[in-house]
Amino acid sequence: MKRKIRTGVIAALANAAVLLFYTTPFLFVLLNSFKDRRSAAQMNMSWPETFHPENYADVVNVGGGMLIRAFKNSTVITFVVVVLTVIVCSMTAFYVQRRNNRTAKLVSFLLLIGLMVPVPVMPTIWVLQALGLFRHKLGLILVQTAVGMPFSMMLFRGYIASIPREIDEAAMIDGCGPGRLFFQIIFPMLKPVTATVIILSSINVFNDFANALYFLPGAENATVQLTLYNFMGAYSNRWNLLFADVVIICIPMLILFLLFNRRIVSGMSAGAVKG
Amino acid sequence: MKRSVYANWLIVPGMAVYSVFFLLPTLLSFFFSLTVWDLQEWRFVGLLNFKMFFEEPALRGAVTNTLIYAVTTSGLKTVLALLIAVGLASRLPTRNFLRSMIFFPTIVSTVAVGIVFTSLMHPTRGVINAALALLGIAGPDWLGNGDLALYSVILVDVWRGIGMAMMIYLAGLSAIPAEYGEALMVDGGNGWDKFRHITLPLIRPSMNSVIILSFIGGLRSFDLVWAMTGGGPGFATEILSSIVYKQYISGFYGLSTAGNIILLVLVALLAVPLHVRLTKMEVDL
Repeated sequence: MKRKIRTGVIAALANAAVLLFYTTPFLFVLLNSFKDRRSAAQMNMSWPETFHPENYADVVNVGGGMLIRAFKNSTVITFVVVVLTVIVCSMTAFYVQRRNNRTAKLVSFLLLIGLMVPVPVMPTIWVLQALGLFRHKLGLILVQTAVGMPFSMMLFRGYIASIPREIDEAAMIDGCGPGRLFFQIIFPMLKPVTATVIILSSINVFNDFANALYFLPGAENATVQLTLYNFMGAYSNRWNLLFADVVIICIPMLILFLLFNRRIVSGMSAGAVKG
Repeated sequence: MKRSVYANWLIVPGMAVYSVFFLLPTLLSFFFSLTVWDLQEWRFVGLLNFKMFFEEPALRGAVTNTLIYAVTTSGLKTVLALLIAVGLASRLPTRNFLRSMIFFPTIVSTVAVGIVFTSLMHPTRGVINAALALLGIAGPDWLGNGDLALYSVILVDVWRGIGMAMMIYLAGLSAIPAEYGEALMVDGGNGWDKFRHITLPLIRPSMNSVIILSFIGGLRSFDLVWAMTGGGPGFATEILSSIVYKQYISGFYGLSTAGNIILLVLVALLAVPLHVRLTKMEVDL
């Protein structure tokens, strides 16, 4: 009985602590995003005296629809990076997992480097400029794909290890070439891990700030995160709008999280542990 | 020899993108860190950039701050996340909700987290100091006080990153057979014995992942510091990655590249041996 009470108290404390530390910031943003300019500047947790849902409309319309443009840019960039990542990483992972030659070892070593080494900022800009891709979406897309490869490749590789080689051999005996084997037989079997890679790289690319800051400067190409950052500088005295912007930017992630909670968590931990 | 079904062309597109947009720039950064350049022309200056880096107090301070940041965030995440994970591995009825709440910040934009905490940490109006005032404590100027600012950002980084570490621990904890703990309880052990003699040794592999991952993450971190303090007040929260950015926008491209190389060397000199050492200490199940 005594033990039960103790467990109950501990449980209540744990709940309270988590709610205090992890719910407060989110509640704070949400409440203040509905206040008028003056009360939001008070930065407290009080209930809004008057509700101002028009803050959200204001944020969307500010700077001639800057945020809408940013969402478009981020969506295009994220979509293309994810498609490239899935194709390129699944192919590489299949080769590296199946072959045990010097090339395969070299490739997996080179990718391991990418898990640790920071993005070499200036030389990347130099390369992009030499190729005429600096300040172009395609430039950022290719850098993001390259930088994200090591992690996604590892996820694919781990999954491919669970697909028996006998399938490859059977296909080969039936006269299947390398291209058909991969695209028609293996790739369709990778659906679960492909889904994980799609979700995780979407999160990464959508949330990326530093790469967009360096490799895609310029107002018309600004991504969502850059707009948020610039907004912080330009509207530092209009916290209600700033908070509304934060809420809008967090919503896509919240939706993903509610839908794919388990997949996100297991994918991220698997990748982290193997790395 | 018969042609393999695992054709070489499978790796061509991937390695092409990776080589051109990551490996090549990484190799080039070794060269450009030894030059003064403007993206068009370069002049070889030997180790001058590195010399400046270690002679200029603000730049040298960034190296120290980067190390403090990496060690402190990694240490706090390793310890706190383990405690939380052990707590949430129990039969607590709300454990799934609590896990999700703690994990969610991991996938939220770092810039957004920075903005929110900048206002929560406001010295006079912020919620944190208002809460401390209720307890009769005069809250400090979290981000405005040069001695404290770095640690304030570190706390926010820990707040944000603890969920990821917790999930790695939870995956490790679920792999420890329950019989071990039961056997120990039968022999008269208590909860602390179980933690000390079963959980702690067997969670080692997960703990190593957490240490390495958060240490490298800490060395490379940029977004949060940049969104919260921009390296200030003064140079109090300047870290290597913020120097790289500042030298870039000021046009000192050689110095900026040298900052990148120092960061790379720190990762190679610290994280790689750390990884090797930690892996040796693991207990085999």
